[in-house]
Amino acid sequence: MIRNLLNNYEEAAAVILFGIGFTTLLFNKNLIKKLIGMNIMDTGVFLLLASMGYIRGRKAPVIENGVTDASHYINPVPAGLVLTGIVVSVSVTAVMLALTVRLYKRYHTLDLDMIYVLSKHQKEDR
Amino acid sequence: MNIIWNYPLLTIVLSLFSGPLCMMLSAKAAKNYTIAYESVLVGMTGCVLGYTLKTGTAFTYTMGEFPAPWGNEIRAGCLEALIALLFAVVLLCSVTAGYHFVQKDIDESKINLYFSLLNLLTAALMAITWTNDVFTGYVFLEILTLVSCGILIVREIGRTTLAAVRYMILNLMGSGMFLMSVVLLYDISGHLLMVPMRQSLDEVARNPSSIPAISMAVGIMTIGIAIKSGLFPFYFWMPDTYGRATPTSGAVLSSLVSKAYIFLLFKIFYRAVGIEVIRKTPILMILFVLGICGMIVGSVSALRASNINRMIAFSSAAQIGYIYMGIGIGTVAGFAAAIFQILAHALTKSLLFVTSPYLAQVSGDSLRFKALQGSAQRDPLAGRMFTVGALSMIGIPIFAGFSAKLMFGQAVVLGGIKWKTLVVLAALGVSSVLNAIYFIRTLIRIFFEPDSQAKTSKRSRPVRDKSRKGYLLAGMVLTILNMFLGLFSWVISDVIYRGLGMFL
Repeated sequence: MIRNLLNNYEEAAAVILFGIGFTTLLFNKNLIKKLIGMNIMDTGVFLLLASMGYIRGRKAPVIENGVTDASHYINPVPAGLVLTGIVVSVSVTAVMLALTVRLYKRYHTLDLDMIYVLSKHQKEDR
Repeated sequence: MNIIWNYPLLTIVLSLFSGPLCMMLSAKAAKNYTIAYESVLVGMTGCVLGYTLKTGTAFTYTMGEFPAPWGNEIRAGCLEALIALLFAVVLLCSVTAGYHFVQKDIDESKINLYFSLLNLLTAALMAITWTNDVFTGYVFLEILTLVSCGILIVREIGRTTLAAVRYMILNLMGSGMFLMSVVLLYDISGHLLMVPMRQSLDEVARNPSSIPAISMAVGIMTIGIAIKSGLFPFYFWMPDTYGRATPTSGAVLSSLVSKAYIFLLFKIFYRAVGIEVIRKTPILMILFVLGICGMIVGSVSALRASNINRMIAFSSAAQIGYIYMGIGIGTVAGFAAAIFQILAHALTKSLLFVTSPYLAQVSGDSLRFKALQGSAQRDPLAGRMFTVGALSMIGIPIFAGFSAKLMFGQAVVLGGIKWKTLVVLAALGVSSVLNAIYFIRTLIRIFFEPDSQAKTSKRSRPVRDKSRKGYLLAGMVLTILNMFLGLFSWVISDVIYRGLGMFL
C-alpha cells in the first residue's frame, strides 16, 4: 500500500491537492478562500493529467532529426487537455470574482454565512 | 452525405454565433432574433429526428474528417434528436412566455445581453446533447454552468447574487469531480471518444480486480452530476436559485439545464462506460436509494413552503428524484421511463414557472400564498395554465405526469425484483399523494378567496400588452405537448426505445 503510494507519488500528491481544494471550496466561509480552494482543486487535476501523460525518457511530440516513430514521443493529448482545463478554470475564476465583488459591494463582508444572515433581513420578495 | 448530417453541428455553431450577435442588437431586435432563431432550431432538430426515425440508424459526424480514435465527433440518434427538440421547444416557449418579466426585471440596456446569454446556453445544451466526446462534454458543462449563473444574476437584487454564488460553488464542486473522473477514465481507457472508451473499458472490466477502479471513477462523476442536477441531499439550493430568477431563467434552469446534466450522465453510462460495466458497480443502487429519498423529501419540503415559487422548486427536487430512481431501476424500461420523465417534467415545470409570476402580478407582486388567494379569478388565463401544470405534476390521466408515473410502475414490475417493486410502488404512491396535497391546496388557494380577505387584498387587473399573446401561445403549445405526451405516450416511448437501441 505504502509502496504503491510512494511509486505513484505524483498521483498521490494530485489527489491530496484535489481533496484540500474540494474541502476548502465546500467548508470555508470566506469567498476568496473558497476561490483559492477551487483553483487548488483544479491544479490537482492538472497535475494528475500531466503526470499521467509523461513517460520517462520520451520527448515532446515535435519531430526531431526525422524520427517519426511514435514510441519516441509522449502523447500530446493530456497536455492539450490541461491547457483547455486551465482556460476553463480561469474563466470560472473570473466570473466568481465578479460575483464576489458584487456581493462585497452590497454587504461589505466576504463571510458567506454573514451575507446569508444579512440577506434574510432584506425584504425583496416578489 | 445528406444535408441533414450537418444540422447537429449547425445548431451548436449557429447558437455560438448568435450569442455575440445579440450583444450588438437592440433589446427588441435581440428578442425577435432569438425567437426566430429558436424556431429555426426547432425545425432543424425536428428534421434530424424525422431523418433518424426514417432511416432507423444513428449517424456520426466526424469533425474535420479525422476518423474515430483521433478526431472529435458528433453523434445523432433519435434519442439525442428528441431531447434536442425538447430543449428547443421549451426554450422557445419560455422565452416567449416570460418576455414580459424580462422587461420588468432586467435593466433596459442589458436585455440584449440576456438574450446573448440565452443563445450561448442553447449552444451548450445542444453540444452536450450531440457530443460523442467526454471531454467536449466537460467543456460545455462548464460553459453551461457559467451561463446559467449569468442568466440568474441579470435580475439585480442581492438575493439572486447570493443564490448565484451558492449555485456556482456547488456547481464548481460538481464540475471538479466530473473533470477528475474524466481524467481517471481517460487514464484507465486511453480514449476520450465514447465508443472507443467503452470498448477498452469492456476489456478492462473483464478482470474483476479492476472493477473498484472503474466504479470509483464513474462514481465520482455520478456524484458530480448529482450535485449539479440537484439530487437529494444536494437539493437545498434549488428554491433560491429557481424561485428568485426572472421567470424565463427559472423555467430554463429547472427544466432544461438540470436535464442536460442528467442526459450527459445517461450518455456516459450507456455509451462511454457501458451499461454492463455499470451494473457490476454499486452506483445504480445508490442512485436508486437517493432518488427515492429525493422523491419523498422534496415533496415534504414543498409541502412546507410558504411561497409558490419555492414550492414549485422543491417539487423539482422531487421530480429529479423520480428520474434518478428510474436510472436506479437499472433495466432498459427504467431508463426509458427516466427519459420520459425528463420530457414530461421539462414541459410541465417550464409552464408552471412562467405562470406563477402572472398570478403574482395580480396579487400585489407577491408570491406568498396568502396574497395569491383568488388570483386565478383575477387572471383566469394564468389560472388555467397553472391548473394544467399542477394536474400534470400530480399525475392525473391525460397529462404527461401520469404517463411518466405509469412507465415507472411498469418498468419496475417488469424488472421482476420484488423488493424494488414494493419500494418503488410505495414511493410513487406516497410521493403522488404528497404532490396532490400541495398542488391541490395551491389550486384551492388561487381559485377561491375568503370574503374577509377580498376587501383588503390588493386587486389589480392583468396587464394586457403584446407579450400576453406570447404567453397565451407558448402556454397553449406547452399544454398541447403535455397532453400529447399524456394521451399518446406510446408514440414517444417507442421513439425512446428505438433511441436507446441506437445508443449502443
